[in-house]
Amino acid sequence: MKAKIFASIAVAITGAVLLYAVSDFPRFGDPRSPANAGVEGGSPSASLYYIENTYRDTKVPNLVTAILADYRGYDTMFETVVILTAGMSIFAILRVLRRDDAPGAPASAPDSSDHSIDGDHHRIIVATTCRIAAPLIQIFALYVVAHGHHSPGGGFQGGVMLGASFILLALSGSLRDTLVRFSEQQYLRLAFIGILIYAGFGFLPLWVGRNFLDYGALSGLLMTSGEEMARSHSMLGVEIGVAMTVMSIMFAIFANLSTRGRLHGGL
Amino acid sequence: MQSFFQEAVIPHFNFWIYVIIMMVGLWSVIAKNNLIKKLIGLSIFQTAILLLYVSLGVKEGATIPVLDHHALIESSHSESSEGSGKKAIAINPDHYANPLPHVLMLTAIVVGVATLGVALALTQMIYKDFGTIEEDEVLKKIKALHDDV
Repeated sequence: MKAKIFASIAVAITGAVLLYAVSDFPRFGDPRSPANAGVEGGSPSASLYYIENTYRDTKVPNLVTAILADYRGYDTMFETVVILTAGMSIFAILRVLRRDDAPGAPASAPDSSDHSIDGDHHRIIVATTCRIAAPLIQIFALYVVAHGHHSPGGGFQGGVMLGASFILLALSGSLRDTLVRFSEQQYLRLAFIGILIYAGFGFLPLWVGRNFLDYGALSGLLMTSGEEMARSHSMLGVEIGVAMTVMSIMFAIFANLSTRGRLHGGL
Repeated sequence: MQSFFQEAVIPHFNFWIYVIIMMVGLWSVIAKNNLIKKLIGLSIFQTAILLLYVSLGVKEGATIPVLDHHALIESSHSESSEGSGKKAIAINPDHYANPLPHVLMLTAIVVGVATLGVALALTQMIYKDFGTIEEDEVLKKIKALHDDV
């Protein structure tokens, strides 16, 4: 009770201070606000440069994808590394590599294979529906990754959808059956290959004496008509790398959390 | 009271909402005893920040930051036929929402999910070691362990 009173006072004071500053902010939807147009008398906002020049520089109409994978490519690469690190942390914290449980522990349910659709007739409809839906989800996810230049989408969104399709399979059927198709070895490998693809696109321009992640230098290698198209195609490459890492780590997080690191039984 | 609403609340209602949601998250992080509820509070807190950033990029009458592809191709074709070469295509920034906050929040959302996974894993290990995820009981058990040694 004491903690709640203290928390209420602290929250009230913090909220009051934040609300006091609200009147100094620009009004909602103002196109001339500092974030949208830059400070008056100072330099214009960076977003103006992106909106006006992205299509000329990269031939990518989706500004979000272009900024994410090209202008801020360095940032995005290490965001992906953060996701990989989170997946590795969960592996290190939870994963139990012994086959059998500790001898002192009370014997848990010997095998939850009874929860598969063969043992539980109530799950047949759900499991069959999800099994039919999963490939469609995956095709749409691939479309989101590949078409991320021209419509809302990209590697992160498509990767999360791909991971969700595997999680759906594991939830509706059984994790064991899903792991047969997408084993731990495979998803860990894919997670690292995704980062390597991204970093590879970063290192390739160094060969011809350009900067790290300067995709324009790849126009000879990718046989494109100009530097703009090379940047466009390289963005697709790094988005695929991001999608692979995100898909693998999302599924790894689910598989480890739902089974307390044993990767069998579970939900 | 009405003038206060007209001048302070309505033009800045996105900031009011973000402060309220953020305080809900902060309150549950401080006041709640259950570790899972604290994590839910952290997620609410994060959502408030995402909302703040995205709402900063809103422009009145603007559309999503995806350029009209076909119009751009046509205008560049007609320009090249006139022989003006690689002249910049005129794009009015007021017609497109600010893309920068979207980019920043896009990565923040995915990283937030991944770090939430780490937090849940740690909570599972705490439950495995102490048999509870109530913070005061965990602290009591840690204290008892120290007293034994």
